[in-house]
Amino acid sequence: MASIDYPLEHPKAEALTPEFSFSESLYKWVATVDHKRLGLMYVVSALVFLVIAGIMASVIRMQLAFPLNHVVGPDTFNRLFTMHGTTMVFLVGMPMVAGFSVYLIPLMIGTRDMAFPRLNAFGFWIFLLGGCLLYFSYIGGGGLSGDGSAPDVGWFAYAPLTEKAFSRGAATDYWALGVLLSGVGSIVTALNVIATTFCMRCPGMTLSRMPMFVWVMLIDAWLVLVALPPLSAAQIMLELDRHLGANFFDTQAGGSAVLWQHLFWIFGHPEVYILIFPAFAILSEVIPVFSRKPLFGRPAMVGAVTAIGFISLGVWAHHMFAIGMTSWSNTFFAASSMLVGVPTGIKIFNWTATMYGGKLRMQTPLLFCIAFLLQFLVAGLTGIMLAVAPFDWQLHDSYFVVAHFHFTLVGGLVFGLFAGMYYWFPKVSGKMLDEKLGKWHFWLFCIGFNMTFLTLHFAGFLGMPRRIYTYYPGRGWDAINLIASLGVIPQAAGILCFVWNIIRSSLRGIPAGDDPWDAWTLEWATTSPPPEYNFEKLPVVRSSRPLWDLKHPQDPDWKYE
Amino acid sequence: MFAHALNAYLQVQVPGVAERRITDIFKPMGTPGYAEREAALFTIGVTAVIFVVVAGLIVYTVWRFRRRPSDDSAQEPPQVYGSNQIEAAWTIIPILIVFVLIGVSARVIAGVENASPPPKALKVRLIGHQWWWEVQYPDYGIVTANEIHVPATPDGQRATYLELTSVDVIHSFWIPELAGKTDLIPNRVNYAWIDPRVPGVYVGNCAEYCGTQHAQMLLRVIADTPENFKTWTEQQQRPAENDPQVSDARNVFGSLACVNCHDIRGTPSVGKFGPDLTHLMSRRTLAAGVLVNDTKNLRAWVDDPQKAKPGCLMPSMKLNDQQLEQVVSYLQSLK
Repeated sequence: MASIDYPLEHPKAEALTPEFSFSESLYKWVATVDHKRLGLMYVVSALVFLVIAGIMASVIRMQLAFPLNHVVGPDTFNRLFTMHGTTMVFLVGMPMVAGFSVYLIPLMIGTRDMAFPRLNAFGFWIFLLGGCLLYFSYIGGGGLSGDGSAPDVGWFAYAPLTEKAFSRGAATDYWALGVLLSGVGSIVTALNVIATTFCMRCPGMTLSRMPMFVWVMLIDAWLVLVALPPLSAAQIMLELDRHLGANFFDTQAGGSAVLWQHLFWIFGHPEVYILIFPAFAILSEVIPVFSRKPLFGRPAMVGAVTAIGFISLGVWAHHMFAIGMTSWSNTFFAASSMLVGVPTGIKIFNWTATMYGGKLRMQTPLLFCIAFLLQFLVAGLTGIMLAVAPFDWQLHDSYFVVAHFHFTLVGGLVFGLFAGMYYWFPKVSGKMLDEKLGKWHFWLFCIGFNMTFLTLHFAGFLGMPRRIYTYYPGRGWDAINLIASLGVIPQAAGILCFVWNIIRSSLRGIPAGDDPWDAWTLEWATTSPPPEYNFEKLPVVRSSRPLWDLKHPQDPDWKYE
Repeated sequence: MFAHALNAYLQVQVPGVAERRITDIFKPMGTPGYAEREAALFTIGVTAVIFVVVAGLIVYTVWRFRRRPSDDSAQEPPQVYGSNQIEAAWTIIPILIVFVLIGVSARVIAGVENASPPPKALKVRLIGHQWWWEVQYPDYGIVTANEIHVPATPDGQRATYLELTSVDVIHSFWIPELAGKTDLIPNRVNYAWIDPRVPGVYVGNCAEYCGTQHAQMLLRVIADTPENFKTWTEQQQRPAENDPQVSDARNVFGSLACVNCHDIRGTPSVGKFGPDLTHLMSRRTLAAGVLVNDTKNLRAWVDDPQKAKPGCLMPSMKLNDQQLEQVVSYLQSLK
């Protein structure tokens, strides 16, 4: 076990870092194939897109704060929710998946880089190109006919609204091509993750000793690899329809509107799990360290995440209960959708059991994890309600659905990502994030989020459909919408605390040292920030918690595994 | 299947006010909505129990095992790796719960979707347009828009069966108090049914995003007493009113482009793109249910539809004041 450099003897980092001019360091970032720089660029661009999408959401909530409000008109509103949804899924969620994966996986499995470093760089730049192309639609979306600006077809872009007859100009083309390109980035990154975890693990790290984070991201990568191509195919078919006279989805020429829905949701439902898995991965690292106990039921957790991956490929038509499928199809998809609840439940129970009997350090990363558990529980249970097809006939496309998936993707994913950022920021920057600002961030964001999205469930019960730019007074929706809109204020304040915390702590935070949380996985065995080569000598491990073994030589994990 | 329970439930409901604008899915007035409510309440009950148990466990764990200042920070808690018995328990119990929920769902799905129409059922064809609803009664030869008149049916024997389709993009039929959603999909015919048990006006919005004015595409189901429904059908079957007092106005209307899009049966106006206007004044609302049908609104709507419903497909015809006056007076004669 002597081969892990812990505590690491290393020269002062400053001595190794020569001064670079601005253009030299810019070149170093643009031309890099280092997984840490690429991971960081992924996460930073995702954060920029997160702020843009958040501002769009604030305008949406301003418009809906009062009945018959006039902040924006119908076309602008439709573009806002389309761009908000597309940005959050493809330009925030997906690059976060990629960013956390490529930054952490090589460090956690004790290697020097990804299996294909150049492919890694390609993945990032093609994603960024896709994102820029999507946003260029605000300028170029008019196309030759001059109609339109950004896309206004909704993030799932149902045919035939996307066909030439109903969507003139080039807006929909920017949507299809921008998302297609960023999807190529996700697919190559998934390939890279799979190759890295299969081929590059350090000596001694069998699959069963691989950190839970890496396990979950591995399954996630498989899911990307299986689920994204149908979307890419559908987008190519859409472009063929629009420009080369194909009639896949053109109902006026005999095409099928339902075909698009199948292709989209065969991607779209696994996509939800693709997005939530990073949060699962993060929780599986943060909760054990802050509870001072190993993850409860590791094999069951791997089994559960694998089961979710498989089942999620067979549930897509629960987005389509209202399209008039036969009762047998509806029953099948109701059943398969509810079954996903079982492994998801196992995960929540195991995280709770990990905390049970521990000594919980109530610091910001753990606070976000606890809020995740409660909010994701709500999201899961409202998901069960939506899986009950007859209930879904009422709830489908109402504000209940909006509330449900924001509980999943904000209350779940975004809270998980915040936990991860507070947890790994010291590793990435070498500085601690400020704990006081972190707690402000947590409480403001948590209160604001619940103000907005708990209340919106009830708008759905009262028959409010989603994606309406205005509504009439007297339908019982006024107070709900006003409270939901006011919830934006604490959320925005929370995000400001976070951004300020990052800037301030990067400049003059407390130095973190190699292992500020007294953690157990390999990334904490090297310096903060890690050197370009990650480890001077490749480590050798004998259990899933190599640093625990080092710190407790009298009671190592490998005795029990 | 739910008829008996529904009747008992309706006894305690206050019969409908003129227009029920609060569209609460938990206060259904028809069988499909009621069946869906049964499934909903059962599911909410089950999930509420799960929530209380699991959230209680999480909160208890966090509170009980939080680190206290008195704790020795060097001392790690006992390292527990897992327990197969516990894993098995919290795998099997959820599976059992899921099977119960699947059973309940399957029963209601079949009950609503596979119901066969009673012999006296009314047949209505509902066709989605950007951003209004065309309503056809094939058995009566009636065409109207945005308001579906059906007989209220206290015993459920005169349910209304709807054939749903669309001429452009996907729309969705949803009257929360009567039935959940069924989509109107171009190139495809879907079916739904409603049986409002008490007379009243039931409101709903288009529930599938369909472009610019998706927000202002409202639909009303007007459940009449059987006598009123009969009077209404007889009145709708007549050709357009030919009031000699507005013959000048009728000529003005006939000379304008209005006739290209609107059908007024019995006149040269035979367009099909817009709503049928034959009995416009028998409708409560204009512009797919967003404006009350009165003189002021009608005048404003004809003058410039883009003001009330920006982006809608009806252009402003740039009429001068006199033309506007005449068009409005002609439209108002279409009782």
